[in-house]
Amino acid sequence: MTLSVSFRAEGPIPLDVAFEVAPGDLLALVGHSGSGKTTILRSIAGLWTPSTARVSAGGVVWVDTGARVNLAVHRRAIGIVFQSYALFPHMTAAQNVLAAMSTPDRTEAGRILDLVNLQGLADRKPAELSGGQQQRVALARALARKPAVLLLDEPFSAVDRATREKLHAEIIALRAHLAMPVVLVTHDMNEAQLLADRMLVIEKGRVVAEGTTAEVMSDARALRAMGLREVAAMLPAVVVGPEEDGLTRLDTATGPIFLPGVQASPGTRLRVRIMAHEVILSRARPVGLSAQNILPAIVTALQFGDGPAVTVHLAVGETEILARITRRAVAQMGLAPGDAVHAVLKAMSVARDHIAGVAERDQLGTASARRGV
Amino acid sequence: MDWTALFLSLELAAWTVAILLPVSVVMGRVLAFHHFKAKRLVEALVMLPLVLPPTVFGFYMLVAFGRNSPLGAFWLNLFGHQLVFSFEGLVVASVIFNLPFAIQPAQRGFEAIAVEVREAARCCGLSPWRALWKVDLPLAWPGLMTAMVLTFAHTLGEFGIVLMVGGSIPGETKTIAISIYDRVQAFDDAGAGIMAATLVAISLAAITITYVLSARVGRRLS
Repeated sequence: MTLSVSFRAEGPIPLDVAFEVAPGDLLALVGHSGSGKTTILRSIAGLWTPSTARVSAGGVVWVDTGARVNLAVHRRAIGIVFQSYALFPHMTAAQNVLAAMSTPDRTEAGRILDLVNLQGLADRKPAELSGGQQQRVALARALARKPAVLLLDEPFSAVDRATREKLHAEIIALRAHLAMPVVLVTHDMNEAQLLADRMLVIEKGRVVAEGTTAEVMSDARALRAMGLREVAAMLPAVVVGPEEDGLTRLDTATGPIFLPGVQASPGTRLRVRIMAHEVILSRARPVGLSAQNILPAIVTALQFGDGPAVTVHLAVGETEILARITRRAVAQMGLAPGDAVHAVLKAMSVARDHIAGVAERDQLGTASARRGV
Repeated sequence: MDWTALFLSLELAAWTVAILLPVSVVMGRVLAFHHFKAKRLVEALVMLPLVLPPTVFGFYMLVAFGRNSPLGAFWLNLFGHQLVFSFEGLVVASVIFNLPFAIQPAQRGFEAIAVEVREAARCCGLSPWRALWKVDLPLAWPGLMTAMVLTFAHTLGEFGIVLMVGGSIPGETKTIAISIYDRVQAFDDAGAGIMAATLVAISLAAITITYVLSARVGRRLS
């Protein structure tokens, strides 16, 4: 069921990309508007054909310009969610879902609507639903035909921030049910980091960086391409519970951290985005410090760039976080790979949208193991 | 009241609508969804009957339908009577002079469907035929209905071309509009008045119905 894609075109929209997505994997195509990322998605769907194109999904060739094969859009087993929802306005939510089924099945449509948390709204027309609800219907409709590939085109950019965070959490939970390759187009690097296993950074139709989200997010060049100055890493943690002062205690591999504004119930596994420039390093365990989150870590690598800053890779248990400190600090501390240090994190620097759930994929077991964190 | 003329007019309008409905669906879709070099010329040709004097239009119809034209000769061979001064000739002329009234609103109706919605239909696995029935037609319905009502009402009221192409043969080509003219010529103001009022009532009712239905569809979709 692997999706295999290769596009080349000179114009009007230049493209030169090739990639594969394994079943159950979520690949994010990240880039500015006009970078060509949406064109790539549309070319997979068949809404556009680059001058040289080859797409196959699960062994079925959808397009191969060399062999003069080009399946019509409706013959490609895709599910797609558009930025603008693009629901059929004259149909109810259930009818939208049924329309995408080759053999309409009301029970199944109801099950899919339940899956995207639309219980009780099956008979509403799109005009009677909120933006977030409409996007859930669009997702249900995309899943209704059991697609070989799921394509998400900036699906969260038309909704407000609170809804977007909710949808993010729902997508993460839904991942357990998605056994097909998923391609997400987004201009939001942080969104990609929360949701994706792998990332391709696209600029002018070309791949400027690719790898696991952890790899790309620690690649200063890739971040610069996206206009981000700050590198960040995702730290897995388990919610323990609220403390008396309103902070929530989370356990990480090497110790507890205390964060504000965590809504999840005890036992929930989360990933917390740690911004590299918010991390302070100390040889000895600091005392008398306002920062409450002190994690023992091991230096794994030092990455020197052109400027005065150094990216320090730190192992916290099985995972890696990053710290951006100055060359001067590295020299004064005499840091080298293998050194034991303490990473100090400021609780207030972890914003709400920096926390993402983790799909409990292994328990539900419908998708293959995913790469990365 | 010239009932024969009224029924003849209604019959002519019904035939015109029946023929123009599929034509406006096809042409409206092509003009709304596709871009091609001659598109502006095609659009201009469709609109031409709206600006030409009925006499000019009728004159060319007479020339095109006459026994000396290929079309007229073909018709004469096939059916044994002329296309001009016959009901069939009126239907052909009526279809042509109603093209702008049928195609333009249909085109606007199809244009009102968001591109993404049509793309979504294809991406949902709907074949072009199923997409037409399940998505395009239900959404373009207000435009198509406007097109058909305008065509119907306009056919009832057309005078110049009908007179040029059909003459005024009772039961064959004498429509209600011509009958009214006849009555006026015969100083039968009462007869003309009844028929004129009937025409006003039918036309007003038809257009009111479209507005009501369009508003209802608009509410449903907004």
